[in-house]
Amino acid sequence: MSLRNLLDKVFGTASVKNGVSHWLLQRLSAVALVPLTLWFLQWIFRIGSFDYHNVRSEITVGFNYVWLVLLLMTLAYHSALGVQVVIEDYLHAKAVKKLSLFICSFVHIIVAVAGICAVMNIVLTSELL
Amino acid sequence: MAEFRLPVNSRINKNGKVHVAPVGSKNVRSFRIYRFDPNSGETPRIDTYNIDMDACGPMVLDALIKIKNEIDPSLSFRRSCREGICGSCAMNIDGTNTLACTKACADVKAEVRIYPLPHMAVIKDLVPDLTQFYAQYASVKPWLQSSTTPPPDRERLQSPEDQAKIDGPSACILCACCSTSCPSYWWNGDRYLGPAALLAAYRWIVDSRDEAIVERLNDLKDPFKLYRCHTIMNCTEACPKDLNPAKAIAEIKKMMVESQH
Repeated sequence: MSLRNLLDKVFGTASVKNGVSHWLLQRLSAVALVPLTLWFLQWIFRIGSFDYHNVRSEITVGFNYVWLVLLLMTLAYHSALGVQVVIEDYLHAKAVKKLSLFICSFVHIIVAVAGICAVMNIVLTSELL
Repeated sequence: MAEFRLPVNSRINKNGKVHVAPVGSKNVRSFRIYRFDPNSGETPRIDTYNIDMDACGPMVLDALIKIKNEIDPSLSFRRSCREGICGSCAMNIDGTNTLACTKACADVKAEVRIYPLPHMAVIKDLVPDLTQFYAQYASVKPWLQSSTTPPPDRERLQSPEDQAKIDGPSACILCACCSTSCPSYWWNGDRYLGPAALLAAYRWIVDSRDEAIVERLNDLKDPFKLYRCHTIMNCTEACPKDLNPAKAIAEIKKMMVESQH
């Protein structure tokens, strides 16, 4: 038991002077995802056959791979920001929260990097096909 | 870690008492009221009071006062002005946070369920502990701050247009209906200021006479104090004064971005 005054939590907590960019980037990435998702949907419907070689070649056609990399980056970033908020909202044990935030960042970075590398790999090796 | 069971004192026991209406009553209504006495050592219970509405005023507060005066003096609740201006009798009626004095019994279908404001520590029955809520209000410095001296011969003047900006937010009576209806405030009420305090902050930020806008915005620039608001809108839905704390918070967020770019 502690006799510490609980009001200390209200008066004793200074603003950490950030949060604005997180809020703004979450909204900007959401807006960016609208055209990117629309592009992705029309690409999926246009692709026709989901045969391995066909999909590989569709990725390398025109600027498709640029769109794909942009989508991957924005999606991973938007998701990282969103999952961070969920963790901050619902996890209250300090150690668990910190660890979860750490894992959240890492998983999203890994997913984004792996995805981008996969696309680049397809693009760079396409001439060998 | 996450809690999956309600704490002991949040579980309702089955020992609720039923008070029957007087013989000969024609217009009987049931009031199911949350009862908790921390000194009794028991978990909360729900008591049922059957009241003859022909001998009772129209508002939920009238019924509560009738119960306390005539049936069960042990029932505790806050009340003062009985006309929606003091904010004392805020409670959860029929699943919604509102003022007992302005909520008509006729607007509730079937039995009238009355609970204290959600997710607050209960002192007794319908009386929640609002200490932290008031501290959060105080923490936004709800008073005029200026570095200039006022004219010696008159008050600091304000145009009708500037006054119109604070007409709404100034009408807040600090009843806590909004903050205690906000899930974000439930989960992080110790760090998130809540809609009531943020509405008050907004009221001073847009006040044309106030000269501490930068400091006020800086004090709110925090992932928890301000940005736990996820635009759930329960605050605006709950406000018995028809104010719009959600919009005020959105305006603060816009000002935050403008102050950065």
